[in-house]
Order: sequence, then structure tokens, then C-alpha cells
Amino acid sequence: MDSIVFLIMRRMRAPLILLIVSYAVAIMGLVLIPGRDAAGNPWPMGFFHAFYVVAYTSTTIGFGEIPYPFTDAQRLWVTFTIFGTVAIWLYAAGALIGLLQDTTFSRALTERRFRARVQRLRDPFYLVCGYGQTGGALVRALADRHQRAVVIDLDPERISLLLLANLREYVPALTADARRPANLLAAGLDHPRCLGIVALTDVNETNLKIAIAAKLLRPGLRVVCRSDSPEVAADMASFGTDHIYDPFDTFALHMAIAIEAPCLTLLRDWLIGESGAPLPEPQCPPAKGLWILCGFGRFGRAMYRHLKGQGLELVIVEADPHLTDLPKDGVILGHGTGAATLERAHIQRAVALVAGTDNDATNLSIIMTARQLNRDLFVVARKNHLDNGELFRRVGAQVVMHPSMIITDGIRVRLTLPLLWEFITLSRFQDTGWACELISRLCGLLDTQIPQVWQIAVEANQAPALCAGDEHTANLTLRRLVTDPRDRTRALPVIPLLLEHNDERQLLPDLDQRVRKGDQVLFCGRDGARAVMDWTLNDPHVLHYLVTGEDAPAGWVWRRLAQRRRRRGIAAPGGEG
Amino acid sequence: MNPEKVVFGFFIVLALTLNFGFVIGDIDNPAHHDKWDFFAVIVVNLIATVLKFGDRSQVGALLLATSLVAILQLSAAALVWIIAVYGTAAGMAPGTMATIVSLAAGALVANVISVVLLVIETFLLRR
Repeated sequence: MDSIVFLIMRRMRAPLILLIVSYAVAIMGLVLIPGRDAAGNPWPMGFFHAFYVVAYTSTTIGFGEIPYPFTDAQRLWVTFTIFGTVAIWLYAAGALIGLLQDTTFSRALTERRFRARVQRLRDPFYLVCGYGQTGGALVRALADRHQRAVVIDLDPERISLLLLANLREYVPALTADARRPANLLAAGLDHPRCLGIVALTDVNETNLKIAIAAKLLRPGLRVVCRSDSPEVAADMASFGTDHIYDPFDTFALHMAIAIEAPCLTLLRDWLIGESGAPLPEPQCPPAKGLWILCGFGRFGRAMYRHLKGQGLELVIVEADPHLTDLPKDGVILGHGTGAATLERAHIQRAVALVAGTDNDATNLSIIMTARQLNRDLFVVARKNHLDNGELFRRVGAQVVMHPSMIITDGIRVRLTLPLLWEFITLSRFQDTGWACELISRLCGLLDTQIPQVWQIAVEANQAPALCAGDEHTANLTLRRLVTDPRDRTRALPVIPLLLEHNDERQLLPDLDQRVRKGDQVLFCGRDGARAVMDWTLNDPHVLHYLVTGEDAPAGWVWRRLAQRRRRRGIAAPGGEG
Repeated sequence: MNPEKVVFGFFIVLALTLNFGFVIGDIDNPAHHDKWDFFAVIVVNLIATVLKFGDRSQVGALLLATSLVAILQLSAAALVWIIAVYGTAAGMAPGTMATIVSLAAGALVANVISVVLLVIETFLLRR
């Protein structure tokens, strides 16, 4: 049993004993006092009747004088009884109601319900610590892909927001301090179905503590952490945190790739975007010329590091001259909001500007001033708050960087489509033409919408038809999977992106490539193509048709008939294809 | 001396002694089994049960269980008594009294276990 029952029992002990004693005294009195029946004969009241009278009197129901009208002595006693027992009854009921409203008690009740719900989870789930902008977006993305999650956050308001969020999957949530290992355990850290823990709180130290607790309490578990500081990130990496996300560094790397290979960036944006949304426009940040970096905080530093590697000419505009690791040359002191400062940074001949302070108003002001001085600037803006999205859209920034969205996208892809992550990593090592060629192939395949990207595992539970082990699945190729099951002469609008066989990964596999049990394949295709492909994966008859081109007889009787017909030498009726 | 322990022990032992007093006598002779004694047994047992609420230890749980058993037996006996007196034309018959007393004797066993557990716990504490 747990604490709640004991809490109730302990707190109800005094009211209950008082109730029992007062009832006993009242009953004793009624039994002792002689009564009379309707005819006036002596009628002693029994315990049963006495209990009945006290029960309805004390609860203020008051049926009257049952079974016979009371004598005056009885009435006197009942008068005392009423005042005594009714007051005590109300006290006991009040104590119980007060207990239910008690914050300690209701917290214990909520925790217990949460624990039970987490224990009852039968699907694999992720434990998300921190339901801020990043955590909220991640949980929504997971729920949209029918991936379960459990949330803990310190702030009760955020938890109430989650309850209002109207997600596709039920997400158990608790207001609790994730720094305490007991809370992590309650949220299912040691649950056999827990796939991993994602630490996304605003505080680096909290994320670090979560990572340590997870690694110690459940050594094999996947740990994903957010960290804005390189020191904390290094600390996390030192004890084997699986994935560490620094939003600024991730974005700066993304920017550096965009400068070097715009096609690759476009490809990435297409593949990780929300399927069904319109395709984003390609962006080509200038690869030559002067870049102005306003603000040299965490974001500015990461941008500086990555852009310097691209061989660009950089000027930093920073108000605080005492910042550590500020470069020796190319630094203009001052706020970028003033025209004078920007002119000293040679805004006239600059090709691009990065507004990267941690204040949205400052960033917007910098961009507005800069665009007045130089119309053709390529502007990269750091957006700190999600609410200001509309303002950044109006101000005309080409690229808007939002830290929480970057982390969300990264973690979402990592958790729901690990093969896509592999694909993006591998694609960085291809030459520029490779990505552009794939882009044009995708253009031919898609309308104007972001493609759907999904991965399948050739396992008995996900693709039963492919694992049947009969002659049709023996020499199965990718071509069969991307054939339209309604008409085998047509192909589905699908491109296989990655084939994983025995830890060996093949980018853009050939359609004649064999598919064997245990393989994993990443596809991208037009919206809806996945549902059609699922047909092939699940239905052995559809697969039979795709391989042989004929509709096989399905039931036992029809199979027997077909065998007999074949033995007699009559050709089996061909499929309609 | 802990006054809480005194009250606790008092009620548990009183539940046993009253119960014993009610059960003793010819099993089917209503004259040997007083209704006031029975009333006192029920009230004291109820109080003893509530006193045992909220003890998280293993012995505490067992003590509560024995009390619940006693209450169950005694309420069954009370029901039989009420039905016999008010529900039947014959009133209290020797057979009915025997039923009531044997149910109360069951409660007596539970109360004995209760006291034995109490004694054991006391000895464990004095170790």
C-alpha cells in the first residue's frame, strides 16, 4: 500500500474515534431510558432501534420518533444526542473534505495517478524533462508521429498548458523537480519500455544532473541533452551522454554548410520539414565578401568559429570590450543599433549581416537600421522568443534562427527517424552535384509540398508479408516495394534514400538492390504514398501479385482447386495485370 | 512511558477481555450472553480498529488485519441477532444464540492474535 491510504487513516483517526464514542453513548442512553408503545405499555428500546434513531438523527435526516412516540425522558436524551452527534458528524465529514482539499494530499494523489499511468504504459516512450518552447514542440512532434512521451517540468503552469495542448497521444505529465532522481524514476526512467530521456530544461546544470542520474540509474539508456555552454557539453560528453545539442553551434554549422553547399541545405530542409507544408525557397547566403556579426555572445561566437572556417571576411560589432576570446582585430565597439557604428563596420560594402544578440528588440532594430544603409544585405536574425515570429518575417530577414526550433528538429529526427539522421550526416560527405541532382529528382516526383519521409524495418511485426519466407520473398528487390500494388506496371512516387544492411549503409540504393530480413530502408515520397506501400508490406497476396503478376487463390478450397487444375494441365487463370 | 501506547494497549486488551466475557457460558443459553456485553464488545473493537489505522509497519498491518476480521465476525453476529429478534416471529431461539456466540468466538480468536502480536511487538522494542 502507499502513502495516501495511510495519510487518510492517520488523519481520520481522531474524528472516527470521536464518532464511535458519541454514537455508543447516545445508543446506550436510548436503550437504558424506558419507552412506551402506542397503547401506553412499557416498551424498552433495543440496540437495533436505538442505533437506527441515532443514525438518522446524527446525519440530520430526522425521520421522527420511530417506532412509537418518545416519552419526555427519551426526548430530553435525544435533544442532547442531536447537539452532540450532529456536531461530531459534521466535524468528521469536514475533516474528510478538508483532507481531500489539502495540498499535500492532492499532490500525493496526483503523483500516485501519474505513477500508475506511467507504469501502465505498454508502448515505447521517451521521458522529456522540461516543457518549455523546445520541449513543447518536441512533444507535439512526437505525438503527431504516434510516439508516446512522458513529461516532467518544475512549472505547474507549463503542465497545465500541456493538458490544454490537445495532443494526438495521451502524454502523462507531472509537476516535479527533474533534478531529484526519485522523480525521474516515478516518470518511468526504469520502465522497461523507456527508450530514452531528453533533458531540455533552460538550465544547463539541471540538464547535466538529469544526464548523470540517467547514466547511473539506467546505464544503457539513450540520453539526449540540451546544452548552451561548451563546458557543460564537454562534461556531459565525458560520461557518455549520447546526443548533446547546442542550438547555436548547430545553427552556425548549418549556416556554414548553406554557404558552401546551398543544395545540401535545401535538401535537408525538404526532408526534415513538416510533411504537407509548402516547399521552402532555396536560400543562397553569399559565399564571398564581408559579413558583419552583431553581438558576440554564445551565438556570435559559434557563428564566428564556423564562418571563419569558410574563409569569409568578418567584422564583429560588440558593445562590451571585456568579453573573453574576443578576436584581436576586426572588432568595432558599440551597439549595432546605431547607424554610425554600422558605418564604421563598412556596412556599405558588406554582403551579409548577422543580428545575433540575445534581445529581440535589439536584433530588429539592428536589421532595420542596416537595411536602410544597404538594401542588398543578406540578413540572418536570431529570434529569441517564438511570439516575435511575425515581426521577424516583416523586417525582411532571409534566415531566422530560433534556438528551440533547431533543437526540436534535430531531436525529433534523431528520435523518430534515426535513418534520416544518418542520411543527412552521410550526405555531407558527397559532392555538391549529388545533392543538386537529388533535388531535381525530388522536384520531378513531388508537387509543391514537403515530402513524407519514413523508414521501414523488414521485421515480422512491421512488414509481415516480406518476412513470410516463401519463394516470393526470397529474391525481393527494392523495385518491388516501390511498385504500385494497384497496377504493377506503374511505380509509386517514392525514392529509397538509404538502405541499411548489417550495419552497412548505402545512400540512394539501386532499385535492383536485394531487400533481406533485418534490413532497414528510408523512403521519401509524395504524401499518401506510404499508405499504399504499407499494403505491400502487410498483405502477402499483394506481394504475390507484384512478384508474379497474377492474383493467387487465397482460401484453402481455392488453393486446392487451383492445384488440381494445374495437375490436369489446365492453365490457371491469369491475373488482371 | 508513552501515553499513546497505554491507550492503544488498553483498548486492544479490553476488546479481548469483553469478547471473552461475552463468549463464556453455555453456547445456546441466551441468559449467559448479555446484550450489553455484546454492545460493548462491538464499540471497543471499533475503537481498537480505528486506533490501529495509519501504522505503516508490518506488525501494524497485521494488527489492523486481525481487528478487521474481528469486526467482520461481530457485525455478522449482530446481524443474526437483529434478524432473529425483529425479523422472525419466534424471537431468540437457542440455535440462533449458538450461531451468535460461535461468530463472537471467532472474533475472540482474532482478538487473541491481536494481543499476542502486541506482546511480541513490545518485546521486540525492548530487545
